[in-house]
Amino acid sequence: MIDYNKIIPEKIQAIKPSGIRRFFDIANEMEGVISLGVGEPDFKTPFAVRQAAIQTLEKGRTWYSANAGMFELRQEISKYLKRRFQLEYQPREEIVVTVGGSEAIDLCIRALLNDGDEVLIPQPSFVCYAPLVTLAHGVPVPISTKAQNHFRLTKQELLDSITDKTKVLILPYPNNPTGGVMRKEHLEEIAEVLREREIMVLSDEVYAELTYNGTHVSIAQIDGMWERTVVVNGFSKSYSMTGWRLGFAAGPAPIIKQMTKIHQYAIMCAPTTSQYAAIEALRNCDLSIEHMRSEYNTRRRLIVDSFRRLGLDCFEPEGAFYIFPSIQSTGLTSEEFCEKLLFAQKVAVVPGDAFGESGEGFIRVSYSYSVNHILEAVKRIEKFLISLK
Amino acid sequence: MDKLLSLLEENARLTNAQLAVMLETTEDEITARIEQYEQEGIIKGYTTVLDKEKIDKDYVVAIIELKVTPKRDFGFEEIAKRVAEYSEVESVYLMSGGYDLAVFVNGKTFKDIALFVSKRLAVLDSVISTATHFLLSRYKEKGFLIKEEETDERSVSFL
Repeated sequence: MIDYNKIIPEKIQAIKPSGIRRFFDIANEMEGVISLGVGEPDFKTPFAVRQAAIQTLEKGRTWYSANAGMFELRQEISKYLKRRFQLEYQPREEIVVTVGGSEAIDLCIRALLNDGDEVLIPQPSFVCYAPLVTLAHGVPVPISTKAQNHFRLTKQELLDSITDKTKVLILPYPNNPTGGVMRKEHLEEIAEVLREREIMVLSDEVYAELTYNGTHVSIAQIDGMWERTVVVNGFSKSYSMTGWRLGFAAGPAPIIKQMTKIHQYAIMCAPTTSQYAAIEALRNCDLSIEHMRSEYNTRRRLIVDSFRRLGLDCFEPEGAFYIFPSIQSTGLTSEEFCEKLLFAQKVAVVPGDAFGESGEGFIRVSYSYSVNHILEAVKRIEKFLISLK
Repeated sequence: MDKLLSLLEENARLTNAQLAVMLETTEDEITARIEQYEQEGIIKGYTTVLDKEKIDKDYVVAIIELKVTPKRDFGFEEIAKRVAEYSEVESVYLMSGGYDLAVFVNGKTFKDIALFVSKRLAVLDSVISTATHFLLSRYKEKGFLIKEEETDERSVSFL
C-alpha cells in the first residue's frame, strides 16, 4: 500500500482548500436556493465576440500561438491600456497573454520570489494570493485593512508591514470582496513609501473597468511606479468572458521576459480561440463595457440602499460587483450568519472571513444578478433578520 | 430609451423610492416623470404577465386572418371596431400583405373558437374570407421567456 501522506509533501497538504467550498456544496444541493454568491458577471459575452470566435473555429484556425500571445492581440492590449488608463507598454516585450488573470498572478509571483521573500497581501482579498506565494517558497504577509478606511491600504499599514525581506506588494483594487477602490490620492501615498525601496507591486486590476463615481487609476500611472509595477488584467470581468480564461500581464521587459519563460514551459500559450475573441472584444466592444458598467451601477445603488434600510451597515463600494456589509449587529459570526441564512431563507452569500481574518464580521454579497433577483433575495434577508430579533 | 422606462418595463412594481435610488434622483422627480410619461401616452398602463396555461389547462388561442371589404368613407375602421367588440377577441390589428385584419381569439376549446369564427366573424357583411390558425405552443410572451427559463449555470462561488 502506498502511503500518500508520505508521498504528498507536507507543504502541499498544509495549503487549505477554500473554506467555503463545503458551504456552497450544501447550497447547490438544496432546492429553491437564491444566490448572491457568485463572482462572475451575469451578462453573456458580447455576441460579436462569440461570433468572431466561431468564425475562426469554422476556418480551423486552432493552432498554438506565439508563447507570449498573438502579436496582434498584444498590440490591441497595448492600445487598450493607453486608451483606457494612459499606460504605455510595448507589445513586443512588455506584455504577456495568460490563461486568465490568475495565471498572470502566479507567473509574476514565481518570477519575482527568492526562497523566504515576503509578499504583502492586503486583506480581505481574493483567495489565491497566499497559496501561490507559499507554492513559490515565499512568505505571505497579510495586512488587515479596515472598514473605516473603506478597506483601502494606508501608508501606515504598509510601513508597519515592510521588513528587509519584503519583495512584493500585492495591490488588489478594485477589490474583491469589499468593492473598495484606491483613488489617485491614496495611490500617491503608497508610491511615496515604495519609490525609495526595492519592492515590486503586483497590481491586480481585473475589476478596473467596473469602477463607479470616476475612472480607475493604476498605480503604474503614478510617478516612478511604472518600473516597479506589474499590471495584471483580463477579459473575464470587463467583457464577461470568464470561461474563456484569458488575461494578461504588462510590466518592465526583464520581468515579463521571465514570466513568459515560465508560461512557455508550464502552459505553452493561452487558448488561441479565446485570443481571437479577445481581439474582437478590444477592437469593437467598448460600448458593451459601458452598458454593463451602467447596469451594475444601477444595481449597486439599489442593493446598498436596500441593505442600509435593513439596518446592515454598509460603506459605499466604488468598484467590482460586490458589497461588503457588516453583520456585527446581529451578534453572529460571518459563518454562522451565512449558514443560518441559507437554512432559514435559502439565500446564499459568502462569509467575509473566507477572504482573510479581517473579513470576519462581514459578508460578501454579489450584485451580478438581475434587479428582480436582488429584490427577492433582499426580501428573504429581511425576513431572516426579523426572525433573529 | 430612458432608463426609467426600461426598469419599469422589466418590473412595473418597483417603488418610486427604489427607482429614485437606482437612477440617482429624488422620489418626487420619479413621480413627476412617470406622470408625464402617462400623460403623453408613452406609458399606456401596467399589466401582469400571466402564464395562462398554468391557470387554465384548457385554454386555446387562435390567430384568425380576415379578408374584408373596406367601406366607403370608413375604410377598415368600422369592421375592425366591430370585431374588437367581442369579448372573445383579445387583439385586432390591421395588416399589410396577404390579408387585412389579424384577430387574436381566446376560447376554452378548439370547438369554441371554430363556432365563434363561423357564427360571429364569417357572417359579417364585409368579411370575404377567414383563415384560422391555432396557437400550439408559447416560447416568449411580452419579452419573457415562457417555457424554459434559462438556468443560472454559474457555479463557482468563491472567486
